[in-house]
Order: sequence, then structure tokens, then C-alpha cells
Amino acid sequence: MPAAAPNFWVVFWAKLPYFLSVLLGAAGTTIKVMLGALAVALTLGLIVALLKLARLVPLRWIANVYIEVMRGTPALTQLFIIYFGLSDLGIDIPPVPAAIIGLGMNGAAYVAEIYRAGILAIHEGQVEAALSLGMTPINAMRFIILPQAIRLMLPPLCNYAVSLLKDTSLASVVAAPEIMFFARQLVTETLLSMDIYLVVAVLYLCMSIPMSRLVAYLERARRAWQ
Amino acid sequence: MDPLLRIVDLHKRFGETEVLCGIDLEVPRTQKVAIIGPSGSGKTTLLRCVNYLEKPTSGHVYIDGTLIGEKHKNGAYVHLSDRELAKERAEIGFVFQRFNLFPHLTALANVAIAPRRVLGLGLQEAEARAREMLTKVGLGHKFDAFPERLSGGQQQRVAIARVLAMQPKLMLFDEATSALDPELIGEVLRVIRQLAEEGRTMIMVTHEIQFATEVADRVIFMDGGRIVEEGPPDAVIRNPSQARTRAFLTRLSER
Repeated sequence: MPAAAPNFWVVFWAKLPYFLSVLLGAAGTTIKVMLGALAVALTLGLIVALLKLARLVPLRWIANVYIEVMRGTPALTQLFIIYFGLSDLGIDIPPVPAAIIGLGMNGAAYVAEIYRAGILAIHEGQVEAALSLGMTPINAMRFIILPQAIRLMLPPLCNYAVSLLKDTSLASVVAAPEIMFFARQLVTETLLSMDIYLVVAVLYLCMSIPMSRLVAYLERARRAWQ
Repeated sequence: MDPLLRIVDLHKRFGETEVLCGIDLEVPRTQKVAIIGPSGSGKTTLLRCVNYLEKPTSGHVYIDGTLIGEKHKNGAYVHLSDRELAKERAEIGFVFQRFNLFPHLTALANVAIAPRRVLGLGLQEAEARAREMLTKVGLGHKFDAFPERLSGGQQQRVAIARVLAMQPKLMLFDEATSALDPELIGEVLRVIRQLAEEGRTMIMVTHEIQFATEVADRVIFMDGGRIVEEGPPDAVIRNPSQARTRAFLTRLSER
């Protein structure tokens, strides 16, 4: 039996408080990047969705190109372009804002499709009723369609938020001081890869499990509503 | 005096199919018109063209002398902007076959939302008007019910109250009772009859021949996208002059 086995847990428990103190401090940045990117994705995504549903063909085209480009290239590449690429052109964006912009712009493409699916799921008769009462298409969207569509969109939007939480780890490669960034520093410092990355995994789980519980709850609520 | 509604040489085409092949129609104020005819004859499309839910391929619709859905500009007809079109539609009430109530709003809010958001009334005033209209259609006890909790007949009555709250010049009924269970048809027809007696101008697409005979001043029989025959109910329904009208009425009575 290898002598290292009992040794692992001894070292693990001994070092755990130190790891936690460093990593928990970085969790704030992780959450900040996630919420920031979520806000960008939700706002920009709505604009892209409305463009995609627009009557004018060129507007729909812009939305299609945006969605194809964002979904067809790796988020990591997009982050590198925003952080390193723009820097070459003399535009220096600090790591955290760069991560928020990059992940948010990437997410907007997915969120736009969620919005669009939600809006299209509302029966045509609803728009017609609103228009026949004298509402403009914009007011019909605002007072009749969106309030109904949001209930359909919430579960997939929360799913997206969970995957966004995990994707914030990409921000470590543009030096945003979030959990994975400090984890890699700790590994360099102590060489205890397994210990540190296990702690990291548990930290992400602690954040994602409540979120996926929320998704499950919303799914049940949606079925009850329908 | 100008007729309230004037339709001039209206054509509507869906791809290769011509659904309306030149409709001319004038409806004076306070007249009740029933449109009957086999399915696919273009009755519903005609009704939908009146408030521009369907854009006519050619031809024009006037209400009170005002062009609907378009305007003259430099000697040509151009489509209205969303805002201008909405203003015109606010004066035309449309009752749908499938009610199309807003499921996220209570009965009261369904009726109050257009007075509030389209006419710009305050919440109190809009809800007072909504309560009045719901009471009028016999739903004074259902203000807070959501549509899913209402029967089909009640839902259709809410839909009628929703239209009444906008005080429209003209009311259009698109097979308002076709989606209802037989035992619920009566309550909706009673409300429509009451509105007719108030002297409102209305056009009803309907399969209820008996009801059309009693309520309408004028019956129009459509087939193949054309008006085949029209006149007072006694003439068109009891004593049709066209073979196609007779065939349709016979088929209907044999059901």
C-alpha cells in the first residue's frame, strides 16, 4: 500500500483553512463576473432577439450574423480577442470588465434564442387580440406578450446562469482574480494540484446546486401554471 | 349621409389562392349584418380585412369616410405607420372565435387594459369602466377570475366586454359561438342580441342561421370569395334566389 494515501488527507486537512481563505476571497470576483456578464447577456440578448423578430430583413440578418459568430467561436477565443487583441490596438480593458464584456456578449447569443423561443411560444391570437384593441406592436409586446413569455423563459434562463457560473473560470486566463486564477497560483506555490482543485470543485458546487434547485422549482411552477 | 363602413373592390390573395375576389359593401350606421356561407368562402378573411389584421391585396376599406390601414400621399396609397393604424383599430371592435383573452390577466384587467394603455385612462377610471362592462355581460361576480377558471361562454362574454370598453364605432364578430359547447351558445347570443337592440353597428360572421334571421337587418351569403346574394333575412334565408344559397341552406338544415 503506498505511503502517500494517508499522507494526502493529513496534508489536505492541514492546508484546507489556508486554501479556503484564499479561494473564498476570490469567490466574490467570480460572482461579480457572473452577475455582470448575466446583466450584459440579458440586455444585449433582448436587443438581438427583437432584431431577429423584426420585420426588416437587414435587421434579422444582423441578428443572425451575431448569433452565428458568437456561437460558432469558442468563448475562450472571444475573451482573448477582447483582452489581448484589443490591447494590441491600444484599447486596454482591465481583466474583470473584459471578462464581463466577453462572457456577456457570448451569452447574449444564447439568451436571444431563449427569448425568441419564449416569444414565439405565445399564441398568435394574443398579438391579434392586442392589435385589434388598438395597441401598437410595441405595446402588445410589452403588456401582453413579454409578461406571458417571461414565465416560459425563466427556467432556461436559470440554466444559462448555471453554465455561466462555471464559464467564469475562463476569466482566469485573462488574469481576472477569480477562483480558478487563485487556484492556479496556489498550485504553483504548493504543488498540491489535487487538494486545491477538489476544493475549487466543491466551491463551484456550493454555488451551482442552489441555482439548479431553483431551476427545478421554476420548472414545477411553470407546469402548474400551464 | 355616408355609410359607416364602405368596402371598395376588395381582393385578398394568399399565394396562388384568391380568397376574396372583389368585394363591394356598404353598411349604414346601426345596421346589423350577418355574413353566412360555407367554410373557405372568405367570410372571416373579409372581416379581418376590415380592421387590417389581414392586409388586402387590393381595394380599400373606409370607416366614417376615413381610409383604414392606408392614406393618400403624393397621389398614391401608402400604408399607415403602426401608431396610426393602432388608432384606427381602437375604434373597431373584434370578437374572435377563440376568445383570445389574455391568460395572465384577470377578467377585470383583460377589460381594463386597453382603455388604460390605448385610451390613456387612469387605473381607477379604466377599472370602473371594466366593471360596468363586465356587469353588462352578466359577469359582475367574476371580476377577479382568470380566464382559465371561466367557461367558454364566460370567456367569450369577457371578450365582448373587452371590446365594449373601447366604445367602438363598429363591432365585428368572427364566428363568436363556433368554439363553444352547445349549451353555452345561448348565453353569448343573448349578449350579442342585447347589443344589437342598443342600436350598435355590427357585422357577424355566423353559422347560427336562426339567430341571424332574428337579429340581423341584412344577410349576406358569400361563396368562393364573392357576395352571391344579399338582402333582408326573410328574402335571403326564407326565400333565396340563388341556387348556391339554396344548396348551402339545405346542407345546413340537414345537419
